[in-house]
Amino acid sequence: MNLAGSQAVKSMSVTSSSVSRRSGDGVSDQFPAGLRVLVVDDDPTCLRILEKMLKNCLYEVTKSNRAELALNYLRENKNGYDIVISDVHMPDMDGFKLLEHVGLEMDLPVIMMSADDSKKVVMKGITHGAVDYLIKPVRIEALKNIWQHVVRKKKDEYKGKDYEQTGSVEDGEQHQKPPEDSEYSSSANEGSWKNPKKRKDEEDEAEERDDTSTLKKPRVVWSVELHQQFVTAVNHLGLDKAVPKKILELMNVPGLTRENVASHLQKYRLYLRRLSGVSQHQSGLNNAFMGPTDATFGPISSLNGLDLQALAASGQLPPQSLATIQAAALGRANKSPVPVPLVDQRNLFSFENPKLRFGEDSQQLNNNSKQINLLHGIPTNMEPKQLATLRQSAQSFGNLNMQLHSQSSQSGSLLTQMSQPQSRTPILNEINGSHVSTLPSSLGQPILSQALPSSVLPRNGIENVRGGTYGSVSQPSSALDFSVNPGTEFSGNSFPLMSNSGIPILTSKGMIQEEVNSEMKVPRGYLPNYDTFDELNQNRSQDWSMQNVGSTFDVSQHSNLQGSLGVSPSILVQQGFSSNHKSEQSRNASVSKAAFSVGDGRIGNSSSSGQQLNSSPADISQRIKAERLPNMGFQNTLFPEQFGQDDLMSALLKQQEGTGAVESEFGFDGYHLDNLPV
Amino acid sequence: MERNLHKQLGNMKKSLFDQGYLDEQFIQLEELQDEANPNFVEEVVTLYYRDSARLIQNIEQTLENNPLDFAKLDNYMHQFKGSSCSIGAKKLKNECTQFREHCKTGNGDGCKRTFQQLKKEYAALKKKLEHYFQVP
Repeated sequence: MNLAGSQAVKSMSVTSSSVSRRSGDGVSDQFPAGLRVLVVDDDPTCLRILEKMLKNCLYEVTKSNRAELALNYLRENKNGYDIVISDVHMPDMDGFKLLEHVGLEMDLPVIMMSADDSKKVVMKGITHGAVDYLIKPVRIEALKNIWQHVVRKKKDEYKGKDYEQTGSVEDGEQHQKPPEDSEYSSSANEGSWKNPKKRKDEEDEAEERDDTSTLKKPRVVWSVELHQQFVTAVNHLGLDKAVPKKILELMNVPGLTRENVASHLQKYRLYLRRLSGVSQHQSGLNNAFMGPTDATFGPISSLNGLDLQALAASGQLPPQSLATIQAAALGRANKSPVPVPLVDQRNLFSFENPKLRFGEDSQQLNNNSKQINLLHGIPTNMEPKQLATLRQSAQSFGNLNMQLHSQSSQSGSLLTQMSQPQSRTPILNEINGSHVSTLPSSLGQPILSQALPSSVLPRNGIENVRGGTYGSVSQPSSALDFSVNPGTEFSGNSFPLMSNSGIPILTSKGMIQEEVNSEMKVPRGYLPNYDTFDELNQNRSQDWSMQNVGSTFDVSQHSNLQGSLGVSPSILVQQGFSSNHKSEQSRNASVSKAAFSVGDGRIGNSSSSGQQLNSSPADISQRIKAERLPNMGFQNTLFPEQFGQDDLMSALLKQQEGTGAVESEFGFDGYHLDNLPV
Repeated sequence: MERNLHKQLGNMKKSLFDQGYLDEQFIQLEELQDEANPNFVEEVVTLYYRDSARLIQNIEQTLENNPLDFAKLDNYMHQFKGSSCSIGAKKLKNECTQFREHCKTGNGDGCKRTFQQLKKEYAALKKKLEHYFQVP
């Protein structure tokens, strides 16, 4: 040890700090200076040291030795802080809990810190949305850079320079880190993974690039429309392939930079994940859903989370409301029972989803189907018959009928069930005619993405994007994601949107690729229809948007949707039935059960809603029709392309490839192939 | 005169480092000292000893329980480790790590043995740092 050196440091530090301070005081626009930091640590020694370090960084420091207190500070002055640094282990409140609250309520960047450097804990911090994780002892060098997280967080809203590194880094990161647990498996999870890594990688570059001027730049306001565009773009690209640069190109919004998109993408993924986590905690209903599903199926739980997240992301539906919606949907499904057997209920679910989706819905449906596939892997209690019902509904649709027959041969009961769905929704049939071809669903996806650009369905677009992303990401997770996506889309109630831009866009843009993807999904989705949950989520989301309309509307819509959904599924169903159905059925059953249990509390409501569905108010039907009409148009355009089994096959193959190992695990390949022949 | 003091301080610090009592985190704390907090390190060390005494006591009491609550011990020791490493108390930090290893393996004797050693180091460091801070 060179004493001289340390001595020098000792004396020098004073000088240097004073110098820097002077400059900081003198230049008010010296960005990092004055950063408002809230530091939380129950350890007084650490807290004092951190405070001093942060002050030496010229930050404005507020310290709290309790998480609860810190949360109060934040709530009292929501705009009073730029970033939060929190210890992980605290007696009154777990640091992760605080992290959750902050993420939900203030959306501030949170840095976690702990002497615990175990991978598990660090990962937990990351998955909970921490922007960084500092191992104690924290060094001032690390604190000098924390302002980057603030800038990064705000980049979405700021117009900045093009941030190329972000994109590339993300890509690399995505592939680098495989999901560790169920949470990770979801695309959203991937996002979180990316985020932390990205940040680290980007920090250096960001430091230099992000000068004070960045803060002064006008914010990029991610309006609903803009977000929809963003989602659409992501959807179009697929989550795993959604690179900021490409998203930016797709969005084609003047003034928007890759940096904006990159940060928004990051935020979007994080948000999804966070929401899922939060939603679970917040709403018992959600928990019920999630809980049962989670227990049985890892993927399912994630799906639920995704749905919730999506909804939350869309902002239309509060997590709680979503939960309620979901519950209601579940309840309805359960209740509707009276006239409709269990199978019917399931059908209803599926129906609901289709209705909600419409143009975009179709995409959602596709997503759902994918989810379903994922679910297939999961064992469920559902009976084949129920599946059949789902299929039946699909059959009710033009093409579906053919499929139904095949299916029906498989299970007589199923056939009967299917008939019921049909009767329920004449409108659906009409729709089906247009949709006929479930193909529409795939078409719908492209449309959706296109529509998003048009800005019609920002939310929907977002949802779609999510769905797409999920699908592309990992099938297991994607399955969940898909369900979520549909939900979000529904929430968006992009029906109108779909109809508006959807058709034209599709045709003009020739979203064939997307369509293909959706188609791919559809086959998968057949089974997914069973994923009542997913559908329900979607419905819920729609309900939200429709809030005024009420559950009744949703129901009717659902029925309509069902029709459309049914169509696509029918085709798929035929192909995949044997293998998928079994697994899916079982999965579905379990899921449905969970849902049911959840919904019981709300059964009263649900039952009523179920009835409403049957009656399907004129308004609803009308709406549905309108929606359908757009879809029809889409379908027509799409159909030609989609119809070919070969195309579907290829699409499926492509999807599978994109999906990667995960998908293969699900057995999608096998399913798809089987289905295709049919 | 001043030179001598510097030299004396330097020597003391050097020995603290050479003997493994402290690590670079301690230097970091010294670097934080400025006109606003000229005695920052001393302040922090005082804070550390005041707060950690409570933890030491808690651990001691918990070690008297039978059977040992390793989760609790580990939790306490985690806190103690966080504080210790924050002031650069290298030896203590190492003892903490050792202690937690014993907790992990359920080695009660190891925990007690390590804790005795930890307390010894804890006191020794305190003495040395007090001496160090006494140098003007």
